[in-house]
Amino acid sequence: MTERTRQPGQSTEPDVTKVDLDGGVYSSRAEPRADVGMVTDFALGADSTALAYESGLELKARSQWAYIRRRFLRHRLAMGSLFVLIGVILTSVFASHITSYTYTEIDFNLILKGPTTAGHHWFGTDFLGRDYFTRVLFGIRTSIRVAVIVALLSTSLGTVIGALAGYFGGWIDNLLMRFTDLVLTLPLLAVLLVAANKFGGGNPYRVALILALLFWTGIARVVRGVFLSLREKEYVEAAKAAGAGDPRIIFRHILPNAMGPIIVNMTLTVANAILIEAALSFLGFGIKPPTPALGSLISDGQNEMQTAWWLVVFPGIAIMILVLCINFIGDGLRDALDPTQRRVRA
Amino acid sequence: MLTYIVRRLLYAIPVLAVSSFLIFVFVSTTTDPLEAIKMNPRASRHSIQLVERKHHLDKPVIERYGYWVRDVFTRQFGTTILTDRPIFPDIRRVLGNTIQLVIAAELLTLLLAIGIGVYSAIRQYSVFDYAATTLSFLGLAIPTFWLGLIFQIIFVNVFVNWHVRIFYVAGLSSINPGHGLHFYMDRVQHLVLPVLTLAIIGIAGYSRFMRASMLEVVNADYVRTARAKGLVERRVILKHAFRNALIPLMTLAAIDFGTFFGGAVITETVFGLDGMGLYFINSLNAGETYNIMAWLLITATMVVIFNLVADVILGFLDPRIRLD
Repeated sequence: MTERTRQPGQSTEPDVTKVDLDGGVYSSRAEPRADVGMVTDFALGADSTALAYESGLELKARSQWAYIRRRFLRHRLAMGSLFVLIGVILTSVFASHITSYTYTEIDFNLILKGPTTAGHHWFGTDFLGRDYFTRVLFGIRTSIRVAVIVALLSTSLGTVIGALAGYFGGWIDNLLMRFTDLVLTLPLLAVLLVAANKFGGGNPYRVALILALLFWTGIARVVRGVFLSLREKEYVEAAKAAGAGDPRIIFRHILPNAMGPIIVNMTLTVANAILIEAALSFLGFGIKPPTPALGSLISDGQNEMQTAWWLVVFPGIAIMILVLCINFIGDGLRDALDPTQRRVRA
Repeated sequence: MLTYIVRRLLYAIPVLAVSSFLIFVFVSTTTDPLEAIKMNPRASRHSIQLVERKHHLDKPVIERYGYWVRDVFTRQFGTTILTDRPIFPDIRRVLGNTIQLVIAAELLTLLLAIGIGVYSAIRQYSVFDYAATTLSFLGLAIPTFWLGLIFQIIFVNVFVNWHVRIFYVAGLSSINPGHGLHFYMDRVQHLVLPVLTLAIIGIAGYSRFMRASMLEVVNADYVRTARAKGLVERRVILKHAFRNALIPLMTLAAIDFGTFFGGAVITETVFGLDGMGLYFINSLNAGETYNIMAWLLITATMVVIFNLVADVILGFLDPRIRLD
């Protein structure tokens, strides 16, 4: 970690104001001098700290998490997506205060009206004259709720299984990983359809549970990989020598260092869960009415879609915005959590 | 090489046997083909029992698995439970349709994704690269079924308003498709939209993959060596970088291809294509245990075979990997 690696395609001019050395950020208060720029190219180990002081640079100590936060905050696309996502979530959570209609309010005078500002039917009305904007907002709410439950459940399950397999190794590893392989070889969509058909009952919490029970394998493999490499590290040995027990080593010493891949994987799971849940509900095997869901809204709107395009277009755009934002945030997190990534990307 | 292939195939047999047993238990305990009939007051208990006895539904699940295995090998997957319809002719028909769909989609996806990925990698951080990245993020966020529906809305409205039939939005053939060239034109008009739907989503993922793998190769030492020797840039890219960058994508494509035999469940449902995916959905809705099992067995076998194909391809293309 001592030498700054030069990424291809990156500018070859030395960075004068932001000098990255050993994971710290040196911000220059004084006027940058030409020789300071040289430091970046020959930044080597402890000498550089002294050199930095001599060059009139002020040293600011930052923890790893502060550093990660800084990198994430500077990721413009991810921050923009975060704002949009928070906006969408807040709108859907306070849906009943924002719209003047309820989810089931029927108005036979306003059947299949296109998007209009009259009466604030922003997204038009459906075949029963129900306000579609309200229905989409409630659908988003269900989508997010299901996706978050899936992500939390599958991440916890995958982390525990991966951690046990990677930390203890031996027959525990063998048993757990063969089990993981077995779940991975199942045709995901087919098993989901069969299981959701039988056990889902159109209930969002049950559907979420079924999704979670099939989604944990990816995280389990990632966590196992990280644990396999980290358990050999000196600091784990030191902790053992100091008398720490297995749970303490797993949760206090190794798990914090595995948080990066876990968090990135979790965001990807949220996006995936939204897409899969929508597909299941669209096919009629996921969440069923009266519970609002974006997939079943689209499937209901399918009958009138040739004349009433808004019934299909708006819920789909809602899904796209959610997934797009979450993927961009995941991308930003991946860059921010990667300790080898020094450059702050736009 | 040959012994490797034979050993892998032999190893696949117990894997398929175990997973088919587990799936059989799962499917036969969760589906009941006679559910609707049992609720029908006009169906006598006697006739229900007759059907149950004929298809061994009254036996314990392990025994039923035995009967099913026998049917698979001696009676071509047996017959459906409710209608006594032979399963194999149906499966053969839908498999043929699905293969037309997925081969077309996969070829289109690979061609475009490789082009986009390679060009993005060579011109990293260019306008094209940013545009391709943005579009692929968008492509990965689009729900497949929604994209299909949007295509249907557009092309139906084109037909209704301007009376131009560009592409059909459902089915595989018109009622009277004609012969020879007319038949093929008709089939192409039917397949374009589902193929596009599958390809757009596929290109989004594959082009990112190709870009990453190309970037890795472009920065490799041997590419620098090739440049240092004074080779023309085009030759460096095409002969030294591109060929090696293609290897991971080929492996991925082979593995994905195996899963395609199960059909594109969502796309086929949206476009009403008489393929494997729609067959599965219909069987599931009818609760036909043996149809579902036939579908699962064929899909699983294809996945196993194409995983092997992927490994063999990798062994051929990358001499550092030795299969034995």
